[in-house]
Amino acid sequence: MNLPVIIKFVIDLLAVLLLALGIKGLSKVKSARDANRLAAFAMSLSVVGLLSYYLGTSGIAIQSWIWIIIGSILGSLFGAILAKKVPMTSMPETVALFNGCGGMSSLLVALGVAIFPISGGQENFDFFKSLINEVSISVSIFVGAITFTGSIVAMAKLQGWLSTPGWTQSKVRHFVNIVFAVASLIAFFDLINGNTSSIWLLVIVSSLLGIGVTLPIGGADMPVVISLLNSYSGIAAAAAGFVVDSQLLIVAGAMVGAAGLILTQVMCKGMNRSLVSVLFGGSLSAQSTASSGSGEYTNITSCSVEECALTLEAANKVIIVPGYGLAVAQAQHTLREVTKKLEQNGIEVVYAIHPVAGRMPGHMNVLLAEADVPYEQLKEMDVVNPDFPATDVVLVLGANDVVNPQAKNDSSSPLYGMPVLDVQEARTVFVIKRGMSAGYSGIKNDLFDLPNTSMVFGDAKKVLNDLIGELKDLGVGEK
Amino acid sequence: MSFISLLWVLLLGSLLGLELIGKVPPTLHTPLMSGANAISGITMLAALTLIVKAEGNVPLLIIGSVSLGFALFNVVGGFFVTDRMLAMFSRKPSNKK
Repeated sequence: MNLPVIIKFVIDLLAVLLLALGIKGLSKVKSARDANRLAAFAMSLSVVGLLSYYLGTSGIAIQSWIWIIIGSILGSLFGAILAKKVPMTSMPETVALFNGCGGMSSLLVALGVAIFPISGGQENFDFFKSLINEVSISVSIFVGAITFTGSIVAMAKLQGWLSTPGWTQSKVRHFVNIVFAVASLIAFFDLINGNTSSIWLLVIVSSLLGIGVTLPIGGADMPVVISLLNSYSGIAAAAAGFVVDSQLLIVAGAMVGAAGLILTQVMCKGMNRSLVSVLFGGSLSAQSTASSGSGEYTNITSCSVEECALTLEAANKVIIVPGYGLAVAQAQHTLREVTKKLEQNGIEVVYAIHPVAGRMPGHMNVLLAEADVPYEQLKEMDVVNPDFPATDVVLVLGANDVVNPQAKNDSSSPLYGMPVLDVQEARTVFVIKRGMSAGYSGIKNDLFDLPNTSMVFGDAKKVLNDLIGELKDLGVGEK
Repeated sequence: MSFISLLWVLLLGSLLGLELIGKVPPTLHTPLMSGANAISGITMLAALTLIVKAEGNVPLLIIGSVSLGFALFNVVGGFFVTDRMLAMFSRKPSNKK
């Protein structure tokens, strides 16, 4: 062993250790931010390790430096700009886009190695070795392509650029996807048999498979899909590690792949969905129209902002249930002003956060933190549920399915069994909503029909602004 | 490295990943996903290797460079965006009451 090899070995070992500590630290609130920086540091360390190894052994040609610099500057620049500019509300689609690009990178590496075999790798031709090489290239391309197209479709659907086409809800989609899967298997065997051109077939059909699998999945399940695709991009990285013979890539890729799988499982549990039904069940709304989604509302009470303000003023304890509608209206800051007024009047205010409030678990916490809501006021579902009977007023803002009592009472409902917030137990419930449209699941919400529920129709931000005005007129919060 | 030892590396890495995330509060699901996602951009090392070993093969250099760009887009963007999210949790609310 010469010096460059030893140095690279030590740096790689250190990088793996730091990456593992980083992932570990990211799962605790206290250490999360430092852990993220630690992981970033470990990544840059690994680059230094690799470059110093090549400098110490074969050297790096000027031409290579030029292309390295071009690629790094462009990639980092766009990444940094997007990360700084993107609004907090579109975090899920941003993660999806980044993830897709990671998959694309693995795909390109494998493609490059396949078309132009790296010199020095094939001097003594060994059947077993070339077989392993071809298998890892195929896996890298297959998983990388699915990650890329799947993530892009997920992003487009979350952004509202793509809707769910009708045919994808029929059984035909399974047939189509099976055709793609079989075709990629054929391309894979053809490739192993030495037919290099079938690599293009593999690229095309696995890209199509990524689209075909993601397209039918409904918006509500998208977070789970993104988490799963994140796990895939780890697997793609590990496969690329086999292609270029790098242990560091294999370890890091395997860690992300396995951790992503666990995270996906945790998310599924929070949404009461099994991974199988997310992937193969199609959109939730499509299933529900046949069953209990069809009921009409019979007993809707609508009320004015003024009434709402009067009730709030008389309350002792208020629980806010924020949902994605609040985030879309960008009303978290306005909401914060309302609750400040209430607090100044001695009213206890708590935010009830459903595990999947917003569009992704933890998304709502990020949005409320952005509006300076004290962390202690955010209560998780299990903590806050026993408090509802002792609560005077619940304000539901842009949340729907997570407050649907059907999940507890109606065993025929597709939502049945999903953990929900028991808002109906409170004395009065105000639901601020644009209209009577259904939530993500497309299911009727029984809460709206209850006698203690009043609907305040309007855009969340406008209603909250009006509410501030009314509260001012009542002299709330002016001491 | 022989193929068998690489398989061992794969196995142990996966086990490590399974162990690392035991209990995650829902608050951290999005940041954790986004942080792990940034780490998966480690393929940038493979892209670098490709460029260094290209030895003047221009199409290969271009493929490597594009791949490096995609990977770094993933890494840099991923870490920044995670930091932005986490900064909001750590910010102490000073204007309380």
